Amino acid sequence: MDVTVKILRYNPEVSEEARWESFQVTAEPTDRVLDALHKVKWDLDGSLTFRRSCAHGVCGSDAMRINGKNRLACKTLIKDVNPSQPITVEPIKGLPVLKDLVVDMEPFFDAYRAVMPFLVADGNEPTRERLQSPEERERFDDTTKCILCAACTTSCPVYWTDGQYFGPQAIVGAHRFIFDSRDEGTAQRLEILNDKEGVWRCRTTFNCTEACPRGIEVTKAIQEVKRALIFRR
Amino acid sequence: MVQTHKYDVVIVGAGGAGMRAALEAGQRTRTAVLTKLYPTRSHTGAAQGGMCAALANVEEDNWEWHTFDTVKGGDYLVDQDAAEVMAKEAIDAVLDLEKMGLPFNRTEEGRIDQRRFGGHTRNHGEAAVRRSCFAADRTGHMILQTLYQQCIKHNVEFYNEFYVLDVLLTDGRASGVVAYELATGEIHIFNAKSIIFASGGLGKVFRTTSNAHTLTGDGMGIVWRKGLPLEDMEFFQFHPTGLAGLGVLLSEAARGEGGILRNSENERFMERYAPTIKDLAPRDMVARAMANEVREGRGAGPEKAYVYLDLTHLPKEQIDAKLPDITEFARTYLGVEPYTEMIPVFPTAHYAMGGIPTNIKGEVLSDNETVVPGLYAAGEVACVSVHGANRLGTNSLLDINVFGRRAGVYAAEYARTVGHEELPETPEKYVVDQIQMLRDAGGSERVAAIRAELQATMDINAQVYRDEGSLKQALSDIEGLKARYVNISVQDKGKRFNTDLLEAIELGFLLDLAEVLCVSALARNESRGGHYREDYPNRDDVNFMRHTMAYRQEDGTVRLDYKPVVQTRYEPMERKY
Repeated sequence: MDVTVKILRYNPEVSEEARWESFQVTAEPTDRVLDALHKVKWDLDGSLTFRRSCAHGVCGSDAMRINGKNRLACKTLIKDVNPSQPITVEPIKGLPVLKDLVVDMEPFFDAYRAVMPFLVADGNEPTRERLQSPEERERFDDTTKCILCAACTTSCPVYWTDGQYFGPQAIVGAHRFIFDSRDEGTAQRLEILNDKEGVWRCRTTFNCTEACPRGIEVTKAIQEVKRALIFRR
Repeated sequence: MVQTHKYDVVIVGAGGAGMRAALEAGQRTRTAVLTKLYPTRSHTGAAQGGMCAALANVEEDNWEWHTFDTVKGGDYLVDQDAAEVMAKEAIDAVLDLEKMGLPFNRTEEGRIDQRRFGGHTRNHGEAAVRRSCFAADRTGHMILQTLYQQCIKHNVEFYNEFYVLDVLLTDGRASGVVAYELATGEIHIFNAKSIIFASGGLGKVFRTTSNAHTLTGDGMGIVWRKGLPLEDMEFFQFHPTGLAGLGVLLSEAARGEGGILRNSENERFMERYAPTIKDLAPRDMVARAMANEVREGRGAGPEKAYVYLDLTHLPKEQIDAKLPDITEFARTYLGVEPYTEMIPVFPTAHYAMGGIPTNIKGEVLSDNETVVPGLYAAGEVACVSVHGANRLGTNSLLDINVFGRRAGVYAAEYARTVGHEELPETPEKYVVDQIQMLRDAGGSERVAAIRAELQATMDINAQVYRDEGSLKQALSDIEGLKARYVNISVQDKGKRFNTDLLEAIELGFLLDLAEVLCVSALARNESRGGHYREDYPNRDDVNFMRHTMAYRQEDGTVRLDYKPVVQTRYEPMERKY
C-alpha cells in the first residue's frame, strides 16, 4: 500500500525553522513505522536523521511522537496508525531537538543518574548470592523492564512545562531499587525524590503509563513511591 | 578542529563486555568508554535466555561438565584452556552480577533459579541440566542495565555517540584511537596506553538476522585494515528460532521451558536428528534440521518456508512468568497468540564465533603467538576461542562477563607499567581523508542498494548450507559490490548527526568482512559446527582441526593461515546428542 509519512524536519545547519515534509512510500500493513522511515532515508532523502538500533523494541533508541503519541517506531505497525491518512512523525517533546527526530538525551539521563539508580548495600558481601524470595523478587519486577527510551518522561505535561522535574522515568528507576529487598539506599533515594522537583510534581495524568512501550504501570509506580514517602516513619 | 584526549585505558564499545571491562579498569586507572550508541542501546540488551554457570542451585552440576559441553558444542574447535577459564569463572561472574543488583529469578529457597538450555548437559551428555541463570527472558537487558547502573555508581566516563574509526599503533604497540563525534562531526584523538575493543558483531552482513542495525563489525574492520588477523570468520551462528521473515530472536529458553519444534506434518522432527536431547540440541544442529525440513518439503505456511515453535501445551502462567517478552514479539510482529497458536520460525543470523584473536588475558594477537602490546578485545568482537565452531546458548553473556572483566583487569595492569606511547604523525589523517572522500563523493551508487545486495547474496550463498559454488558466487558478488562502493554518494553533506555518512562507513566494514568470511569458508573443505559444506559434509580432523587466521595483504586481498587448537583434556569425538 502507498503511505504518506509527514515528518517534522529540523536542521540548524540549514535553517533555524522546523518544517513539515511529506514523503510517499510503499509499505506493507505489517511493516513497522521504522521500516517506512528507513525507506524515506534509504530511497528518498538520505539526510533524514533518527536514532535506531535493535528494531524490535528492546534498545529504546527510537522513541518518537507518531500521530501525536509517544511510541517506539520499531514497535508500531503501519496498520495500527491509520495509514489511510498521513502518518505524522515528530521528535519527542520536552528535550532540545538537535536534528530531525534526534533530541538531546542528556537532561533525561541526568535525571536518571540523580536518583542513585544502583543497588546500595552495606556491610560484608555474602560468599554466595544474597537470598531473595520469589515474592520479594516479584515486588519490583514491573519497573525492571524499563529501557530508558524516554517515552514516558516526554509525554508528561509537567515535564514539558517544568524543566527541573525529574520526570516519570527517573521515578521508575528509583522504584526499581526502593522495592528491592536487597537494597539499603531507600532513605537517601526517597530524600532525593522528596525534593520539590521530585515525585510531588506528578499530577497523575497517566500519559506516562499510556506511553510506555514496555507496558510498565508508570503512574502506579510513582504513586507507590509517594506512599513510601508518606509512610516511611 | 581535532581535539586530543589522554587516558590510560580507552574502551571501544559499551555493551556487556565494554562496561564489564570499564568497571574493572575504571576503578584502577583513568579510563574512558567510547561508544557509537548510548550504552543502554547496545545489543547485549537483546539477549534473552540466560547465562550458564555451574552453581548447582537446583541440581548436581560442576564447571568441568560445563567445560566439556562448551568444547563439544563447539565441535572441538574450542581452545580448551579458554573454555576451562570461562566455565570456572562463570560461577563468580554470576555471583558478581547478583551482588551488583541483577534481579535474577529465584528458587523457593531464595537462591538464583536455573533452567535448561541447548547443549548444556549433566555428566558429559547424559541428559539436559539446569545451568542457565536467568531473569525471565530478558537476561541480557538486565545485565546491560545492571552494568550501566554500576558504571553510574563508579563514575565511569562515557563518550556517547563517538564512532571510533581507527586504531593507532606506534612501533607495533597500541597508542590510541581516532573517533568521529556524531553530534558535531568533529574528529577526536584519544591517546591511551591500553585499548580494549568490545564493539560487538557483524550480523548485518546478512539480511535475515537477529542483530541490530548498528552491528556492522566496526571493531573487526578497523583492526583488519591495520593488517592484524581475524580468526575463524567462517563460523557464524544461525539461531534456530527467529520470527519467520523478520529474524527477530525468540530465545532458546522457549525450548528450555518445554517448547517443541514441529514441521507442517505436526511432527516433532528433532526426535529424528538428536534422539537424546531433541529440541535442546546445539543451535547449529537445530538450525540445519529446520532448514532441511523446509528443503524436503515439510515446511509450513503458504510458501512452506518455515517451521513452528509450539508453546501451546505450556501453562499460561509459565509463559507469562518465564517467556513474557518473546511471546509479545510474536503477538506484535506476526499477530500470533502463543497461548493457542504455534509461532512461525526460521533460522536467523545471530552470532560470530570468530573475530579478533586474543589469548585468555584478552590480549590481541598479531599472528599465532605474538601479542600486540596494549591492545585488547573481548566479547563478540573477539575470538578467544571459547565458542569454536558453534557457540552454546548463554555462553555469550558469560563470555562478555568473564573476558570483559579479564580484559579490563589486564589492560589496567599493563597501563600501570608503561608510559604513553608517542602518537604517529598526523594520526587523524586516515580518518579525515576517508570522511572527506565519502562526503565529497558524487557517484551514482546508493549505500542502501549495495548493502541490500550484499545481504541478499550472503543469505543465499553463505548461510546454513554452503558449497564451493555458492561461496564463489558470493565472492564474485562482493567483488562487484566493492567496485560499486567506490562510486557511492552520500546525500547528507552536513556535519551534524550525519547518519547518512555513518551508514556509508559501516557498509565499507561489512563488505570487507563478508569477503573474509567467504574466503575463510571456501578454504575450509569440511563441515564443522556452524560451517556446513554440502560438498564436504563431514568433519575432517586430519586437515581442519585448526583455526583459520585471515590476513589482509597490501593489495587488499585475503591471505589465509592456520593456528593449532589448544587441547587439554578432551579428545575429539563424534558429536552426537
